[in-house]
Parts: sequence; structure tokens; C-alpha cells
Amino acid sequence: MSELKQELKEKIIEQLNLEDVSVDEIANDDPLFGEGLGLDSIDALELIVMLDKDYGIRLADPKEGRKIFESIDTMAAYIAANRTN
Amino acid sequence: MSSPEYYIKSYCLIRDGKVSKNGEILFSDDSEEFPAFIKSAYKHFETDYSKFFKMDNLSKLAFMGAEVLLCENEEQNTALVLSNRASSLDTDRKHQAAISKESGAFASPAVFVYTLPNICMGEISIRHKLYSENSFFIFAEFNPYLLSDYANDLLISGKANEVLCGWVDYDKGKYDAFLYVIAKKGMLPHNTGELTKLYRTK
Repeated sequence: MSELKQELKEKIIEQLNLEDVSVDEIANDDPLFGEGLGLDSIDALELIVMLDKDYGIRLADPKEGRKIFESIDTMAAYIAANRTN
Repeated sequence: MSSPEYYIKSYCLIRDGKVSKNGEILFSDDSEEFPAFIKSAYKHFETDYSKFFKMDNLSKLAFMGAEVLLCENEEQNTALVLSNRASSLDTDRKHQAAISKESGAFASPAVFVYTLPNICMGEISIRHKLYSENSFFIFAEFNPYLLSDYANDLLISGKANEVLCGWVDYDKGKYDAFLYVIAKKGMLPHNTGELTKLYRTK
């Protein structure tokens, strides 16, 4: 699981162009939206695409993303339980 | 049409690895690639705006030009009238490539949102808290006639107190920006001859 969390941090920084953020600066329980990393609605869509492209997970309802994308912890747990590739 | 009562308050050129304002070079960089150049400019001007890195190349170019001109501008009713040749073609191609992959097409929302050239004006408006009129035109080349007419009309009709106008073009790594602010007071008369002369400045 810790490898997956590390992978997610690297993917998020690269795919969301978080230029001034390093992997070490993202705690596993940091909120990804709002006061945490400050991601926005377009970032949320990018994360949904990332789940599909990299882990074979298609969200039927984008609103599901709210809980899944709360933090690296919640993302990793959801991916580990639902990934198809 | 020229309008003697309006003036070019300030202007900015971004081309050939240089950023200049009112004829003075503020920043130059040897980077051959635009992304490296514009990132260096961002850091040079100590711009604190992390969303900059999420923008496409056209928006980064327009944003930086506006940053140079509007950083000390307190006029909130500043309309935006920009133009270019390549529209958003550079980003359009990236989107097309993403959705054409035979191995699996995944459109990137972050790329798709920039597949219109006027998005760059949205970025400027957000940054400078402008709730003003804006228009984006596509021309074969810099067209001072239409831009000056349009800017004058906005000022005469009272729809804007100042207008940020200009040319902001990006395609296949080539970039060219000439932005200027039209106001009731300024350093140079606002007419097509003056605009053409400034645009052709090396």
C-alpha cells in the first residue's frame, strides 16, 4: 500500500502540474482539495480519468469522487479494492 | 479610425526570448524552448500564482504579458480585446492526439479546457479580478485597424475605462505577444500608425 501511495503522489504532481510541490510535502492524510493541495474541479476530472486509464476503474457517478479523493489514504484504499489492472 | 483623446498607457512585447515594457527589456533568457523561457520569466517576475503551471502555452504567454502591464493597474473596468493567428491550434493538436490513440483514447480535461483561444482572457480576468467586456479575434496578421476601432468603441460607449488590447500568438513553439493598455491618459497617441510601429519594434 505504501508503494501505491508513493506512486499516487508522483502521478498527481506530474499529471496535475503541481510545479512547486514535492512528494515529501504531501502527507497521506492531507486533504487534496480545499486547504490541502488546493486542487480544483478540473483536477478532479483529471483524477477520474487517471483512475480509468491507469487502474481500470470507471466511476459511474462522478460524485463518488468526493470521498475517494479526500486524501492519498482514501484514494489508495479505493484503488487497492477496485483496480482491474 | 484614430481617436486623439485616447492614449497608449503602456505596452509589452514578448518575443525572441525577451520581455519588454515600454521599450525597456525587463527580462531575457537564452532558453530555446518556450516552456523553459516562460517559466524563467515567471520566476524572474516573482509571480506567485501556482495555477500558471496548469495553463497551456497560449494562456501562459497572454498571462505573462498581462502580468507585466496590469501588476500595478488599479482600474478594475479594464476590457480585454486580444487577437492572434493560430487560435488555440497548439492545444487543439494535443487534444486531438490524446483522443486519437489506438491504444486507448483518454481525453485530458486539463488540456480540453484550453481548446478555445479566449480561455487566456479568462485566466487574466481571474488573476486581476476583472468582470469586464472581452473579445478575442482571429486574424491572418496583427490588425491594428479593427483593434483600435473596437477599443475606442468600448471607451466611447462607457463599457470600459481602459482596454488591454493586442496580439498573442503561439503555435509549434513559436510565440509572439504585443499587448498594450488604452486609456484616457498615456504616453503615446492611440492610432494605427503608432500601434504598427510599436508592433514592429525588434
